[in-house]
Amino acid sequence: MGAAIREKGDSGTHRVSICVSPCIHLYYKYRKGRIYLMLIVSQLINGLQLGSIYALVALGYSMVYGIIMLLNFAHGDIIMVGGYVAMLTIAAGVNPIFAVVLAIAACMILAVVIEKVAYTPLRSSPRISLLITAIGVSFLLENLAQNIFGANAQPFPNNKIIKTSSLNIGGVQIGVTAIVTIVVSVISMVLLTFLVQKTKRGKAMRAVSEDMGAAQLMGINVNNTITFTFAVGSLLAGIGSILYCCTYPQVSPTMGSMLGLKAFVAAVLGGIGSIPGAMIGGFAIGLAEVLVRAVGLSDWTDGVVFAILIVVLLLRPTGLLGRPMTEKV
Amino acid sequence: MSMLEVKNINVYYGSIHAIKDISFSVEQGEVVALIGANGAGKSTILKTISGLLRTKTGSISFQNQSITTTIPHKIVAQGLAHVPEGRRIFAQMSVEENLEMGAYTRSNSEIAPGLERVYERFPRLKERRRQTAGTLSGDEQQMLAMGRALMSRPTLLMLDEPSMGLAPILVEEIFDIIRELHKDGTTILLVEQNAQMALSVADRGYVLETGKIVLSGGGIQLLQDDAVRKAYLGG
Repeated sequence: MGAAIREKGDSGTHRVSICVSPCIHLYYKYRKGRIYLMLIVSQLINGLQLGSIYALVALGYSMVYGIIMLLNFAHGDIIMVGGYVAMLTIAAGVNPIFAVVLAIAACMILAVVIEKVAYTPLRSSPRISLLITAIGVSFLLENLAQNIFGANAQPFPNNKIIKTSSLNIGGVQIGVTAIVTIVVSVISMVLLTFLVQKTKRGKAMRAVSEDMGAAQLMGINVNNTITFTFAVGSLLAGIGSILYCCTYPQVSPTMGSMLGLKAFVAAVLGGIGSIPGAMIGGFAIGLAEVLVRAVGLSDWTDGVVFAILIVVLLLRPTGLLGRPMTEKV
Repeated sequence: MSMLEVKNINVYYGSIHAIKDISFSVEQGEVVALIGANGAGKSTILKTISGLLRTKTGSISFQNQSITTTIPHKIVAQGLAHVPEGRRIFAQMSVEENLEMGAYTRSNSEIAPGLERVYERFPRLKERRRQTAGTLSGDEQQMLAMGRALMSRPTLLMLDEPSMGLAPILVEEIFDIIRELHKDGTTILLVEQNAQMALSVADRGYVLETGKIVLSGGGIQLLQDDAVRKAYLGG
């Protein structure tokens, strides 16, 4: 190629164009391919980042549903409370790590208090009463937050918790937040799986969710086990809350409702009551959302997520990994 | 004093008076059978003893301690195990996990020797220990339910319809196990619709009719009783 370019004269120019253009063409093709690949990789990472947050939140829905057949619609709003607690404590000058711990603890305490005050007294009532109560608690939390903090979104000091810089990995720019989110979520899910599969407490949770009466006859304290389930679910929601606020750095009184609804769709897609189902559903919804955005249909993301809900309910109401709905005797 | 003493209990389902002023007792080492037709209140009595249902009046004491208002999981911890009607095994969990749940009230160090004891008594459960419990056959599920209850090392074992839904040859098998348990000194309170089988293993029996005890006596004695033969043993 070098020799061809150095040739002089009219014919030379001609020779250059013949010789170089396929090379440039190939080079651009290669670059274009790489750009596409990098685009796909970075979108994939966006999808996993969003999906892992959905998965963490969906787990709380699924675990609580598995154990007391309640769709805990207040679950999303617990995330909002976690966000405000983290924001306010950091603003008050608390060490960010400590603020994160405080926020997660606040989520757990709130969930357990809600369970004790609002749900336990209704344990033997029809399931619809529980569901309506859960929706009521959700409204209560949202409106309370609006009353205290105002309806406007407020900035979240995400850079105090996770660095906002990004890393260049093989030519792909990946935000530190994305990496932290994915890693923390995966670790949480591995620990949860260990808890549920291998520990005495976790096995008791599975036993209670299968047959509360029989579990009592084993000597399992059912009330404690249910409270423990709420605590674990909201621990995951608390972690999800911090990660979500670091990804979309603002807090508002209604931030939990859409996130909660989408996580609920993820739980239904995976099969409500199933723990691996919630994880798979969360990632699937996250990836679907990013895919819809990547093809240029940003306005449609919410629509697509809820269309997935409708399709799942129509075609496979038990979700991907759900057990068939049998009435408990 | 008896191991289990039930005194004048009355139990209601809403406004339905299910158990009417029933009293009976179980002594150490005995097998006692409660027999009667469907709906006579047999299972209700067991559920009331294990705390799943509450008495309106009357009292229940176990090893000289009142358990009338004790919550179910504490009753289990006191040494009373209940194998419920329909077995109620945890179908999605493995056989071994089911057995571990049976030992929930015991310390972790007791699980391994407990498993060994149960597997010795029920070798088929050992073969299938990793299998999901829901995939077991009916008699294996009954064995699992009994093994699970034995994991808590109960002083009193209550069995609710262990023969339900099993082929006659498997019923024999289950009752052989009950005889073995009896021989080893386990105290058993047995509820059965299969009066013939139940009375043949029982030291004593009580006959229930619509929530009342209408007859009681030794197992053999009841087997030969004309009224019992007519009502429950097909003449």
